[in-house]
Amino acid sequence: MTGQSPPNSRRRLILIERLSENILPILVFIAALAIWEALVWVKAIPPYILPAPSRIATTLLADWETLSASLFVTLRITFAALFAAMIGGVGLAIIFTQWKWAERSFFPFAVILQVTPIVAIAPLLLVYLDSSLAVLTCAFLVAFFPILSNTALGLASADRHLVDLFQLYRASRWQELLWLRLPAALPYFLGGLRIGGGLALIGAIVAEIAAGSAGQGAGLAFRIVESGYRLNIPRMFAALFLISVTGIAIFLAFSFLSHLLLGRWHESAHKGER
Amino acid sequence: MTAAPLVQLHNIGKSFANGVVALEGLNLTIQSGDFLSLLGPSGCGKSTALRLIADLSSPSLGRIEWPQGEQARQKIGFVFQDSTLMPWTSVFNNVFLPLRLAGVRKSEADYRIHEALDLVGLRAFESAFPGELSGGMKMRASIARALIQRPQLLLMDEPFAALDEITRVKLNNDLLYLKAELGMTIVFVTHSVYESVYLSNRIAVFASRPGRIVRMIEIDAPYPRDLNFRHSALYAQCCKTASEALQGAMSLEDQL
Repeated sequence: MTGQSPPNSRRRLILIERLSENILPILVFIAALAIWEALVWVKAIPPYILPAPSRIATTLLADWETLSASLFVTLRITFAALFAAMIGGVGLAIIFTQWKWAERSFFPFAVILQVTPIVAIAPLLLVYLDSSLAVLTCAFLVAFFPILSNTALGLASADRHLVDLFQLYRASRWQELLWLRLPAALPYFLGGLRIGGGLALIGAIVAEIAAGSAGQGAGLAFRIVESGYRLNIPRMFAALFLISVTGIAIFLAFSFLSHLLLGRWHESAHKGER
Repeated sequence: MTAAPLVQLHNIGKSFANGVVALEGLNLTIQSGDFLSLLGPSGCGKSTALRLIADLSSPSLGRIEWPQGEQARQKIGFVFQDSTLMPWTSVFNNVFLPLRLAGVRKSEADYRIHEALDLVGLRAFESAFPGELSGGMKMRASIARALIQRPQLLLMDEPFAALDEITRVKLNNDLLYLKAELGMTIVFVTHSVYESVYLSNRIAVFASRPGRIVRMIEIDAPYPRDLNFRHSALYAQCCKTASEALQGAMSLEDQL
């Protein structure tokens, strides 16, 4: 029935559903922290074995100057790598779709770079490149492939009837790319960007650890390694916390971007009743 | 009707790479002003014939002639079975597409787009995205897009097949109104005997394996057509004739 407000019991159900959707995960998280805190106090676990969440929080505040500077370094590398992966991935995907010979020739290289573990490539890159460039390259390599493969898939997945329509109206290759294939590939590209964003951070961290062990770098991963050497476990956890928060923030930012760009037309961004 | 031929298909054959012979020995003349329905069972090559006329595919055998010249060939509109709208942009931009591809600026196209939207009754929905429209409205938008270049020939591939009966009847009437207003030639692929009889002045009945025309039926009823025609004895008689022809075409298939 339309135009009637739902009955009270149904409204209550909707309210409970919304509360459980938003508040429940937060409550579970707070409960987990409380159990952790209690366990550390009750069992009197020393901070160099397992620091309590409150200790990690105070360390985060006390060491904020050092940690925030490292966070900035890691973020700079992550976003620079992601930007390069975006340009490179989308550019190469366009080239692959426009010229099949290019795809046949170069796609195997992209696959080789993807399947070779970045931990194995990082030391080699540190030999050939300046350490900051090596870290950037590692982060780029892991973020690049999902953006490339997703975008290439999206460009090739345009509705075949729309392709026919563009052919009927004698669209040029570039008109077809601009007005049909690129918009059709947008959801795929954004999916790749969400994966690539997280991977760029992971790549940057892995490469920083490799570079850090060689005595270089000042990112968050280096702070973890350094704190481990000094048995400053609360700082290790604080740096780890910042990395997790950064990863979540990147994911949420790209999810929000997807919602903004796709919300009005793509199934993946639709929420609620239709 | 003694109009000039617009398109002539001579002994057309079409085979696909997987060995399927979609069409064989297809001869068909489409006259200017025709409302020609291609009626037949699934897989009998009706849509393939439409694609060949639209130059979206090439015949394996035979030739297609445009006696009125290349200009007629350039002025084709196509409506697919689903509305085939770009979901990421508005109805206005979807209708604008053929003109945009022809290099017309939006400011110059504005009047024509509004005119096309007025014709199909979608002016109020020009800012809506396809996902926000009903099935019938999407199809209207698709028809408006096909009409924007004032095509001489409109090809329609089962455009109303996915719609409910009420919307379908309404769109049938709208299509006849548009044809009368714009005076174009229409080739209409359908499975429905009733729809083909109501809309067309000629029905080409196809048989499959391989696809070919087994009968041409003339519907000798004047336009405009309305509910009175649907209730007339002539309509019932034409439906019976078309139905028997279709049955005959399908029994040919069973014999293979």
